[in-house]
Amino acid sequence: MRKSWVVTLSLILALASVLAACGSGKEGGSSAKNQVFSMNLTSEPPTLDPALAQDSVSFTVLTGLYEGLTRKDENGKVLPGIAESWDISDDQLTYTFHLRKDAKWSNGDPVTAHDFEYAWKRVLDPDLNPASPYAYQLYYIKNAENYNIKANNPNHISDPAQVGVKALDDYTLQVRLEHPTPYFLSITSFWTTFPVHSSAKDNEAWAAEAKTIVSNGPFKIATWKHGNEIELVPNENYYAKDEIKLSKVRFVMVANASTELQMFQTGQLNYAGFPTGEIPVEQIGKLKETNKDELRIKPIASTYYYNFNNTKSPFDNVNIRKAFALAVDRQQLVDKVTKGGQEPAYGFVPPSIMGAQKTYREEYPDRDFMSPSAEAAKAALAKGLQEKGLAKLPPVTLTINENTGHKQVAEALADMWRKTLGVEVKIETQEWKVFLKNRTSLNYDISRAGWSADYNDPMTFIDMMTSASGNNDIGFKNAEYDKLVKEAYATVDQKKRMELMHRAEKILIGDNMAILPLYYYTGVHLVKSNLKNIVMDYQGMVDYTRAYLE
Amino acid sequence: MTRYWIGKIVSVAVSLFVLATATFFLMKAIPGDPFTQEKAVPEEIRQKLLAYYGLDKPVWQQYLAYLNNLLHFDLGMSMKSNYQTVAGIISDSFGYSFRLGVVAIAVSIIVGVAVGILAAMHHRKLIDSVSMVLAVLGVSVPNFVLASLMQYVFGYKLRWLQVAGLNGPLDYVMPVIALSALPIAYIARLTRSSMLEALSAEYIKTARAKGLSKRAIVLRHAVRNGILPVVTYAGPMAANIVTGSVIVEQIFGIPGLGQYFVASVSNRDYTLIMGITLFYAIVLMAARLITDIVYGLVDPRIRLRSGKGAAS
Repeated sequence: MRKSWVVTLSLILALASVLAACGSGKEGGSSAKNQVFSMNLTSEPPTLDPALAQDSVSFTVLTGLYEGLTRKDENGKVLPGIAESWDISDDQLTYTFHLRKDAKWSNGDPVTAHDFEYAWKRVLDPDLNPASPYAYQLYYIKNAENYNIKANNPNHISDPAQVGVKALDDYTLQVRLEHPTPYFLSITSFWTTFPVHSSAKDNEAWAAEAKTIVSNGPFKIATWKHGNEIELVPNENYYAKDEIKLSKVRFVMVANASTELQMFQTGQLNYAGFPTGEIPVEQIGKLKETNKDELRIKPIASTYYYNFNNTKSPFDNVNIRKAFALAVDRQQLVDKVTKGGQEPAYGFVPPSIMGAQKTYREEYPDRDFMSPSAEAAKAALAKGLQEKGLAKLPPVTLTINENTGHKQVAEALADMWRKTLGVEVKIETQEWKVFLKNRTSLNYDISRAGWSADYNDPMTFIDMMTSASGNNDIGFKNAEYDKLVKEAYATVDQKKRMELMHRAEKILIGDNMAILPLYYYTGVHLVKSNLKNIVMDYQGMVDYTRAYLE
Repeated sequence: MTRYWIGKIVSVAVSLFVLATATFFLMKAIPGDPFTQEKAVPEEIRQKLLAYYGLDKPVWQQYLAYLNNLLHFDLGMSMKSNYQTVAGIISDSFGYSFRLGVVAIAVSIIVGVAVGILAAMHHRKLIDSVSMVLAVLGVSVPNFVLASLMQYVFGYKLRWLQVAGLNGPLDYVMPVIALSALPIAYIARLTRSSMLEALSAEYIKTARAKGLSKRAIVLRHAVRNGILPVVTYAGPMAANIVTGSVIVEQIFGIPGLGQYFVASVSNRDYTLIMGITLFYAIVLMAARLITDIVYGLVDPRIRLRSGKGAAS
């Protein structure tokens, strides 16, 4: 009896180990045929039409499917893409791109300059439905804005031929700009500028299903199970198909962060976290020990800050704003609360944005804008209260959107303000869109905010705080600031431009403390140790196209 | 019978109309719209988007337009997922919720009733106490705790099952247990108490006096009465499970309808909010109708034609 029990048990164990071996053989996937990259998108991409995409989920999928005139390396340096070379006129107003002749669409058609002209004019088409939300990324092009905006625009241009993009022949694309734009080349690798196959003309819903999507990038779409998963396979017509080692890219859509982490730990995913997924904050400390070789923390071009309502008492007073900003111990905030290796922010433009020679922050350190300390904060508060003729501060509310991380930051700050300034700040949590509505209509005292770069230049931060900007949610209006931004727009010399933008940033923060910078974001993500050549760029977007498994 | 069905259809139509109206205006009252986002879209582009989706018109006009589409069985297009129809999204995602739900319902009813009958037959013995303790656990442990625990133990620690996804039959195990734990516990307790009641009734004594075996008594006589409360409970429960549990779906990464419902509200995807709400309502009403019919089958005293009492 006892013997048979032992036999049974060993049989079960043997069977189990065979099964386990089968499983791991499948997972290991280092053979040439089984090079699968898998990551979590969290949710369904709203679109796979480059003209309509505007979110990191759609962008992540589009990165595999399409290729623009240029590509970018890890540091944001421009590499040739579909264009193998380009000429820039002396006045920096005309760009001539020379396209490679071996680029093909996934259906075998050649990729031509006409495809780019068509795609860009489609983005700007005033009658494109739904309208391209990111059309303004192309407003650098001559007459683009006046062609795109029809309603209530006396300068509307109805003739698309006047828009400054033109295919001179099949492989030469000429682009004329409104103003010299030193970062224009970096725009040509932006998703909105990807080419679109001309078959899109006949089917407006072409980008909603896998079978009608024709793409020109390293991969083509094999399946799109809505809300569930997307699979990409190599595009055999891609001009550099030899560089592509992956046999499949698999995107899942799992909304729960701890599920995503467990899927990574058990090998269902070989990439987790930023930009489309999330590593739970409370797990980061543990992962630094258990997954030391797989956890990566990369600084990205985004800033976490608080808005002051510059139009409403008490924050219409510069010294009271300064008091709140100086009372924050940012190092403690990133070490004890956010824990994701973030860098304390004393300015608005994050460190990964390029300047004239080095990074912009190396050229213009943000510590020059402020030196936080309890004493300085108290002094500023006393001065501010005196200027306002107040004995003490009225009740202040800090408005944030629902999110555990935001809540923890808010509580830490409320605590610092209580201890240093002796003020009670009430934290109010709002649902995301309710919050945005209140923020844009200046219905708050202090509110949370985050801003990420659209292109690798300080301007992507600086010009959002001009008086006319639709994203200026703080009621900050400064004529000098607006003038500096305008001057920078018209300046070609990089050094001079940077200087102008730095002066603007100093007005915004050093002089006025119109916002309260807290930290520069990092992209926390996990990459399996056998997965190589995964590149996260300065924006925090991931390029998996040249990845391979070892 | 015909009168019953006419009454039923009229009441369903009226309920749907009231629900659609209330949801529409409540939804419009929430601040924000599908195009409210961190990086504000330039005002001119925003106006074009609003116009494309008909959101630039006064709310009452939007409402009439929506009702008109609804009369033509057109739920419209999603405002978040470009060129995806609401009907398509619902049918895709409901497929997952439905398959999972049907298994969970079957497991709940079969296991729940079986445990309840066993417990009643062994009243105040070990089986009874153990199953009732388990039932209390089942009712009181929230399903997300159970789901996360199973996921950690069987998915992560032991690696017996996949952590997430709904691809193979094994992937059903954990979500089904998470979904059916509470209904099993509830049904077991319901069955047990009504069985106990039934077992002490006069007609059982008669049956026993006739010399029928205990098994025959229980299966043929007591169960019929014993499961009546289960039928009452099973209707709404089935509707609830089939339409998808948001939390269980999220934990196991199942692309079901529940997730879309939550996402549609936070995205202000108006057409999808309306579509899913109406769909939920129809499923719920259908479940109640089926409950009524099953009621009549189990207990001939309750007849559909006997009046509106049973229908309410």
